[in-house]
Amino acid sequence: SIALSFLLTSHAAAAITREAERKRRGRRRRRRSISSALLLLNPRLKSFPSRRLIGVPLLLTLGGFITRQVPLPLPSLAASRISFDLPSIGFNFRCVISLMGVEVATNYAKMEEDISLTDSQLVYSFRLALKSVSSGDTESYRRLVDVMNPSGRLAPDEAALLLTSTKALSGAVADIDDLHHEKLLKAIFNLSLWNFGPDVIDALLELIVSLAASNGKHVDSCLDMLVSNFTPPNKVLDMLKQPRGLEKKERVLPRVHAALKNISELVPMAASRLSSIVLEQMPWKSKRNVDQWSMKRQLIYVENMFKLESGAIREFVGANMLKDVMNVLRDLDVAIGWDDILHDDSSKGVFMIELEDENYADGDEDADADGKLPSTLSEKSLSKNLTAELLDSLMVQTFEHLESSVSNKRLSEVFDTLLSSFKDTVLNTYKSKFTQFVMFYACALDPEHCGTEFASELIDMFVGGHNPLTSRMSAVAYLASFLARGKFLPPAFVASYLGRLVDWCWQYCVMHDGDMNPKLHQVFYSGCQAMMYILCFRMRLMVEIPLLKSQLFCMPIDKIFKHKLDPLKVCLPSIVEEFLKQAKAARLFTSSKTFVFEDLLVSNLSRDFGGLERLDMFFPFDPCLLKNADSFIRPNYVYWKYVRTTYHEDIDDDDEEDGSDGEVEGAAEFDDDMEEVIISRSYGDNDLEMDEFDYAMNKMSITPRNNSSAGLRMPSRIRPSMSPESL
Amino acid sequence: MEGLSVVQANLKVYVDPSQSKNLSSAIFRELSALLFKYNDAFHGVLLAYNVHAPENKGRILPGVHPFIAVRLEAKLLVFSPKPDMLLEGKVVKVTEESIHVIVLGFSSAIITDEAIRNEFKYKTKHGQGLYVNRSNRRHVIKAGTMIRFVVKSMNEETLHIYGSLMPANTGSVKILEKFSEHMNTESVTINSTPKKRRSKEKYEVTTQITEHGSIVKDAPSQNHYDREIKKSRRS
Repeated sequence: SIALSFLLTSHAAAAITREAERKRRGRRRRRRSISSALLLLNPRLKSFPSRRLIGVPLLLTLGGFITRQVPLPLPSLAASRISFDLPSIGFNFRCVISLMGVEVATNYAKMEEDISLTDSQLVYSFRLALKSVSSGDTESYRRLVDVMNPSGRLAPDEAALLLTSTKALSGAVADIDDLHHEKLLKAIFNLSLWNFGPDVIDALLELIVSLAASNGKHVDSCLDMLVSNFTPPNKVLDMLKQPRGLEKKERVLPRVHAALKNISELVPMAASRLSSIVLEQMPWKSKRNVDQWSMKRQLIYVENMFKLESGAIREFVGANMLKDVMNVLRDLDVAIGWDDILHDDSSKGVFMIELEDENYADGDEDADADGKLPSTLSEKSLSKNLTAELLDSLMVQTFEHLESSVSNKRLSEVFDTLLSSFKDTVLNTYKSKFTQFVMFYACALDPEHCGTEFASELIDMFVGGHNPLTSRMSAVAYLASFLARGKFLPPAFVASYLGRLVDWCWQYCVMHDGDMNPKLHQVFYSGCQAMMYILCFRMRLMVEIPLLKSQLFCMPIDKIFKHKLDPLKVCLPSIVEEFLKQAKAARLFTSSKTFVFEDLLVSNLSRDFGGLERLDMFFPFDPCLLKNADSFIRPNYVYWKYVRTTYHEDIDDDDEEDGSDGEVEGAAEFDDDMEEVIISRSYGDNDLEMDEFDYAMNKMSITPRNNSSAGLRMPSRIRPSMSPESL
Repeated sequence: MEGLSVVQANLKVYVDPSQSKNLSSAIFRELSALLFKYNDAFHGVLLAYNVHAPENKGRILPGVHPFIAVRLEAKLLVFSPKPDMLLEGKVVKVTEESIHVIVLGFSSAIITDEAIRNEFKYKTKHGQGLYVNRSNRRHVIKAGTMIRFVVKSMNEETLHIYGSLMPANTGSVKILEKFSEHMNTESVTINSTPKKRRSKEKYEVTTQITEHGSIVKDAPSQNHYDREIKKSRRS
């Protein structure tokens, strides 16, 4: 039977080849010979014992026939209704044909055959195709490259083809050479996973992971490809907020991150490469303009960076991710214009400026209509600025990430990285505007641990004589602003750090027995100003608690201010004024000299100690002007207008009967009112409400209310109003 | 495991003047930057270092950017796999076409199916791929197994090793050790088959050696091991 089978096979093969090479002798003849040949394969011919023996050589012949690129008359075969059912051999005829490059007739798809190659056979054929490239036979390889270069939407059979090819390629990765198979690699790495269904994505990622594991040279490109899939193509970018976009995001991103994890498990050194690759591929880099597209891309990219930070490979890449995000925030911050007009207006005190922020919003509607970078910084003008919008959204993302870290109990490690990043970059960034609020919010989430660490770092940086001058001055400005503005900081906490600050200042006085010299004793004057700033906000609170009051009165504050170095003359006049008023009212310290500041915000002397960078006027945690970020900050923030100063003591106690209990904690009870005020403040159309509110507030204030410029030296004025004064 | 060596090195570390306050931490930082990278000078990958009390002084080299040059002696652990060396690593992934191994926790190695001897057959069990030795069913290589393999080549840039499981003394470490243990503590079995004769031979050889007491026991057992392999191949 063997001999017979071979005879028949050779006859059939000869017939086929003869017919095929004759040009168009007529379909019928060809069909006959082929049909007869194929009949031998028909499993229905049960009487034929050695079907398998015939089958394989016959099919191989057919294969050889095919490689000669003669179009196989498949439609005619279909017409002849021979069903190929060779489960014993298993052939995915379609795949073999596509690989070998024969053009498949269009109604081939209608053929009902169920033949499949085993996976290993398919992989073997792929490996052959890959190996043959080096010997010059590139036909099958080129077809393979075409399959991996899908364009536009994939029809189901194209998708199936891509799926099968990808799976087979995963097995053949050891034979993929970056020299000979450059085109194939390029095609694979250019694929965007967002265009495919879940099974194709899985197969592609499996291919990428195998590729990375098989050859170290591919690791970088594989990581590049995965990171480039952090951001979707533009079409999907548009609909990210809609359900369809969200669904796609859920489909792609978790899989990409799982693939990254798999790669780092198989190739441990890959994780160290990942951080630099992520940084390189960032959609927005400094000194570029922000437009709608880059904004959306940046947002989803940073979302991915946060996923990496909290994901499976966080111990390798987490710290770098956080640092890079902080750098992006800082770069955006610096890119937003900062006009010093606001602060150079010497007719307004430091505290006045904050209170009058609301006024700017009304007047500037026209000025900012053209949407350029605003000349004055206010919340309303910033809302038209795309850079500010991007920074705002990124800060909100960061805040949300911090919140999720709390629920994962990871806040302390995240905070450690944030703090080191802060010290390296933000601390010394000339007048960073909003980035520092990330630290503020982190401390608000965990005052005991994070707040303490932050304050300790700042004070250590200040007292450490080896640190650069500007860093020290910057650190103390941060400390002062932090202790003043952090509503979550208990008074005892503030008192202890204030104590350290005062001690240092006093030590300095003792050691440097010199005369007033703003330029020489810059650090000292900045320390004194910090002291006064903190006390402006917190004196009342501290004085109300007996223990803290005694601590406060034990501090050598008056000795410092009466010293030759004369800080009261050098420091910012409006702060000195406010401090003196409060200190007098609390009977903490009374200056023997009277200071007449003549409505100066800054004096020449304070300019001298502030230096080139004007660190005398640096209050880092002044109210955040980014709308969405501010909504996170607001509940934890102390606004000057709600601070009770010590000279409010003269107000009658009947105010306290008005349901404002728990006044010890300062502005805490004003929360509901604050919400009201802030929502309505920018638009100035709720004057009536404001006046009622103002009335309630004014009753508590003793400061005279008059519109004349002479009265502007009083920093705690809220707003000119008609309410009666109670002086 | 071959390829690891401890070398004594005389090093000169160049430290930036800003770090002069704390020289030792600067030196450690410099040395740590070299870890897990291939270094031409050491002809291998630096895995660990032990610096002997660096002196807190060094010569200042003048120039446009002056540096402080500190001399020190250090013991370095260097990993330099060369072809035909035997390495051990943990298998992380087994597919029909390859075995992926991680050596010393940082270097990834791949053994392609062409480099796996025919003795090992690929199987799938419970969804996991594994290689089973045809002659010894217990000899299994799957994810988590420690295996010993031979180095074919190494890419110094990426620290990627191409390995081979062709030689007879490669495979799962546990099985190999059990086997050599078995060889070392061979007990005498009296049997009338040719097999017995061979084992008698072995016994004789070992006793001879112990009498003399000078030759290392390992040497003859290696021969026994090979003979056992030949036997298993034949079966």
